[in-house]
Amino acid sequence: MNVVGIDCGAKYVKALVLEDDKIKAKSSVLSGFDQKAAAQEALDKVLEQASLKKEDIAYITATGAGKEEAVFAQGTITEVGANAKAVNILFPSVRTVIDVGAEEGRSIKINEKGKVVDFAINEKCAAGAGTFTETMARALEVKLEEMGALSLKSQKSVPMNAQCAVFAESEVVSLIHAKHAKQDIVRAVHDAIADRIASMTRKIGIEKDVALVGGVARNIGFVDSLKRDLKQELFIPEEPEYSCALGAAFAAAEKAKGG
Amino acid sequence: MSAKYKTESLKCWDKSKEIRLDYYKNYAKAHEKGGLRWAGGAWSFDAIPSGLGDDVYPLTGEPYAASVAWNKDLALRCHEAVEKAGYARDLCSYMRNYWGSIILNEYAFGGEFPMPDFIWQDHICCSHAKWYQVARDLEGGDVPYYAMDVSVGPYDELTENRLEYVVGQMHDGIEWLEKVTGRKYDDEKLIQAVHNHCRSESLWAETCALNKAVPAPLDEKTMYSLYVHGTLHKSSRIVADFYEELRDEVKDRVERGIAAIANERCRVMTDTQPPWAFLKVFRYLEKFGCVSIGSLYTFGLIGMWDIQEDGTWGPRKTPQELGIKIKDRDQALHVLAEWELKKPEWQHFYSPDHKSDMMLRIAKEWKLDGIMLHYNRGCEGLSLGIAENRLALKEAGFPVMIFEGNMGDEREFDEAQTITRIDAFMESLNFEKIKD
Repeated sequence: MNVVGIDCGAKYVKALVLEDDKIKAKSSVLSGFDQKAAAQEALDKVLEQASLKKEDIAYITATGAGKEEAVFAQGTITEVGANAKAVNILFPSVRTVIDVGAEEGRSIKINEKGKVVDFAINEKCAAGAGTFTETMARALEVKLEEMGALSLKSQKSVPMNAQCAVFAESEVVSLIHAKHAKQDIVRAVHDAIADRIASMTRKIGIEKDVALVGGVARNIGFVDSLKRDLKQELFIPEEPEYSCALGAAFAAAEKAKGG
Repeated sequence: MSAKYKTESLKCWDKSKEIRLDYYKNYAKAHEKGGLRWAGGAWSFDAIPSGLGDDVYPLTGEPYAASVAWNKDLALRCHEAVEKAGYARDLCSYMRNYWGSIILNEYAFGGEFPMPDFIWQDHICCSHAKWYQVARDLEGGDVPYYAMDVSVGPYDELTENRLEYVVGQMHDGIEWLEKVTGRKYDDEKLIQAVHNHCRSESLWAETCALNKAVPAPLDEKTMYSLYVHGTLHKSSRIVADFYEELRDEVKDRVERGIAAIANERCRVMTDTQPPWAFLKVFRYLEKFGCVSIGSLYTFGLIGMWDIQEDGTWGPRKTPQELGIKIKDRDQALHVLAEWELKKPEWQHFYSPDHKSDMMLRIAKEWKLDGIMLHYNRGCEGLSLGIAENRLALKEAGFPVMIFEGNMGDEREFDEAQTITRIDAFMESLNFEKIKD
């Protein structure tokens, strides 16, 4: 049986085909201005990769901020619920899930069955999400994909106090003028995001084990900062940006089985 | 899906709207009939100016500012005007809406902003202490202003001396009212107003207590339009009589099993003032069969409660019901002060524990599935300690969702994000949207 999970995120739409609980194909397209078209494109691509037609799909579940734009989906699930499902299947021992995407960060506490016990979502602010890193990368004239590795070269902790992406940018400029090494400033940026995410997670209470998902989990510099802040190891899927889509696909499979 | 319960509109709904509009119109037109206008907070002892005559009309600031907030265009212009005048954006948003209305000289109910003849205020929070001081300056600086300090601690620590401290200010206030208005004070009118005050608040509590029924006869969005009368002029006979009519109708709804929402299957409460420009959030809850049965805010700002014989919360008996006959001014003021200082919403200014205890009581007695807390950036007073309340509710086993916003400044409310949170909360409570 084939099912599809589609995550209409703020920056990318990710789709995933699941065949009998195994990932068969994945696709990712930019969300752009027309998210409905992007959702359709992501679906078409993933079906093509899986050599399937829409009629071969037993159920489609959509998630993400733009989930309503996936008009072809039969059901929806929230990002909180999707992540809980995915992580519970990938890492059954995990009780705290941290998801950091382009525009939102969220912390989710789950029980042994993957049921959401509590959750917190970052406030109306970019400082706890991936966009913040992108803005800072521009200010530092560093490629986004190089931020992580550069951060790990730092041997020095530079405090960055701003709680807002706008103010943080001017603080980065001040740090540049103060002749701090670039790698130290990059680490400061990651430490600042990690601090916000950890603080939000502490509001719901951190229970071991802890998983990190979402696109920002690709950033090894941020991962290092969050580990230091939380003082523990993090379970990270191989493709953390697909966590929501995977959870949606698991939800679709449940529906297809009559759940 | 076919409806689980019968539902019908409130019969007294139109009357409620009429009373509210008359209130604002009467204030604006008071001078045309030789009457007086006074301004002050919704927490002020509005029974006292009633002794000046039947043609003395109040304008309470908080509900007025909520009306401004509901009008997004006017609210935005008010905020911009206040910020241009140099006031900070993070001040009480009700206060900013009110000041903006004065600066723009624009009344939310049409025409120019009607200046008061005097200001009658009490200080329940920091913003209350400055609100009318600035308003007075903006109004030209010569509006007589009387403020009372009511910071005498929670009711369970009330002593005779503390009560006398408040009553003494009331006596002084009456002398002050006579002086600034040139009118002779009528103690009989005061006594009648105190009776109405107690009757309004007891009846509102009784109405809220009827919402313990399943299905709930009222939903919170509707309750906002009803509780408001108590914030406007609780000591008026019109309001007390209306609350009696409302209580009777709600009682009848409970007896006949009439629901506020036809598919009730999930019950929540909220906390603090809602984002007034986005009350449609409550209608969104209905898609899940979820009814907000009220909140400590809607129950306790106007309702006066007492622990009943069976240990549950119910309406406090009025002095009339207890057979107390008020004979003179001093007794009327003592009854009024003692009555009002017991108000639930006054208690948690002294400790979040008081609020947690009352919220837990509501959560249990009103049979709730969860709680939605509004982290309201617009009101420092009622938001104080809300994170502590969250912890207490969670420790007691109640699922809690938080959402950020501002009661009076829509720039700080993100509708899409709030809807996302509601979706996740409902999902965590195992409620899916009900299919049509």
